[in-house]
Amino acid sequence: MSASSGSNGYHAASNLERVLRAGHFAVTAELGPPQNADAAVIRSKAQLLKGYCDAVNITDNQTAIVRMSSIGAGTIVVQEGLEPVIQMTCRDRNRLAIQSDLLGAYALGMRNLLCLTGDHQSFGNHPTSKNVFDLDSIQLLQIMKDMRDEAVFQCGDAIKGENPRYFIGAAAAPFAGPVDFRPFRLGKKVKAGANFIQTQLVYDIPAFEKYMQKVRELGLHEQVYILAGVGPLKSLGMAKYMKNNVPGILVPDEFIKRMEKAGKPWDSKKKDELTKEDKRARSGAWQEEGIKICIDLIQKIQKIQGVAGVHIMAIEWEEAVKPIVEGAGLFPRPVVAEKAASQE
Amino acid sequence: MIIAEQKPLEEIQTLLGNAENALVVGCGTCVTVCFAGGEREAAILASSLRMASKLKNMPKNITHQTVQRQCEWEYLDQIADQVAEADVVLSLGCGVGVQAVAEHFPESWVVPGLNTAFMGIPVEQGVWEERCAACGNCILGLTGGICPVARCSKSLLNGPCGGSENGKCEINPETACAWQLIYDRLESMDKLDMLMELQPPKDWTTARDGGPRRIVQEHLRLVKQEES
Repeated sequence: MSASSGSNGYHAASNLERVLRAGHFAVTAELGPPQNADAAVIRSKAQLLKGYCDAVNITDNQTAIVRMSSIGAGTIVVQEGLEPVIQMTCRDRNRLAIQSDLLGAYALGMRNLLCLTGDHQSFGNHPTSKNVFDLDSIQLLQIMKDMRDEAVFQCGDAIKGENPRYFIGAAAAPFAGPVDFRPFRLGKKVKAGANFIQTQLVYDIPAFEKYMQKVRELGLHEQVYILAGVGPLKSLGMAKYMKNNVPGILVPDEFIKRMEKAGKPWDSKKKDELTKEDKRARSGAWQEEGIKICIDLIQKIQKIQGVAGVHIMAIEWEEAVKPIVEGAGLFPRPVVAEKAASQE
Repeated sequence: MIIAEQKPLEEIQTLLGNAENALVVGCGTCVTVCFAGGEREAAILASSLRMASKLKNMPKNITHQTVQRQCEWEYLDQIADQVAEADVVLSLGCGVGVQAVAEHFPESWVVPGLNTAFMGIPVEQGVWEERCAACGNCILGLTGGICPVARCSKSLLNGPCGGSENGKCEINPETACAWQLIYDRLESMDKLDMLMELQPPKDWTTARDGGPRRIVQEHLRLVKQEES
């Protein structure tokens, strides 16, 4: 696996890195910060996830909507005894702000970092804003690797004193266009410095197997830990929306049908005949099926050679992580002592 | 060329304010070719503004003139008399033209009639698209002649991002994914290996980020600068 940079054999010795290095099938989850300044929201979400994942991603103004910052929320998550994966996009900050914020985040105890390009601001709640994109995600990876392994800033100046040493991650979109290029783009991210990868949501197992086959041919699975993105479908509407409207996500008809079937007992009633109780019960049935589908997906993904874990994206539904992790037989999470990593 | 489009009539009327004598100045170069501010558009706009002022019972004297290029002093001298008579000059040049007129006639009040949009080309009758962002450090040799700085919504140098689907950019189904175009072009030229290179962070000092730009070709100057 990727060459270590620290004296103890680890890049950062974060819990996530230790779990992966020890060969366990890793579980990461996602925590979406609130659109306000309430620390209690972060604390209660962290408690839902604690013990059920090895680290939790804290999104950075996801879908270009202003939320509590990833680093701010991550600091609260650390206080709650859960390990964060800080996300950093290139949309909102130039190379000065990015390096500065990541020095600060390291000083606050963050050890995992996911480097992203970022959703375009036109999707969010400030579409009239100016974007930055001084860097792209691949350049950001390279900069963070150089800050860690060479102790230099992007400009080439030496970092005097402690340098930030993150376990560095990147995203991958196996099903976006041009599909043939996607495994090679993953290779570019590995070359730039990615230690772990979290993919876009996977629902289409055969398509993902095809992607992974190419990844293995390129030998990338031996250089980077690949965590497949999974997420529970919350309703039939959400399943259809993902299938039809979200670029880079393939939802097979099989799952649309399963969600339809779950909501079938309420199909005989017209929309305006559904009582509040009906709607609640149908929503519960959909959620239960969505969780089941997610568990099925994880069990299939576990069998794919070269996949090192799963990244569970239960968007604004952190309660779903516990039943998914338990249902997939991934609970309890392993505890790996911070002793020197074996040199591979 | 520079592509522009006319401002809404209402905004133009606001810009003219209470002025009684207005001169609409068209430009015979880029904005003529993109049907935004040439001779024809200047005549139509002047006529529209006259009618609008009559409807408001405040008739204005609105004339129009078109010069070959608003962005060169020598062409502007031809309209010096008309400019002197006007209370306000409405330039239908691009942003460069408006500023050239204002700079050349410092005694006159000059307002813009167009919104300057981008540097681009007509891709079909009536449709123009952006092609160049004038970053000052051309990388088209790396990308098969397709510019990601101008044409990728995120100006990625190591694209495509995850928002590319069926050749389109996620921000707009009308917008081609520049990196899909680059990929297809390099593939057709058997040069896909060029995409495996990591492009380092760009030096933006030659772009607007480095401050207002200036180019000097000393051998062309009539007055030699004293060496400092």
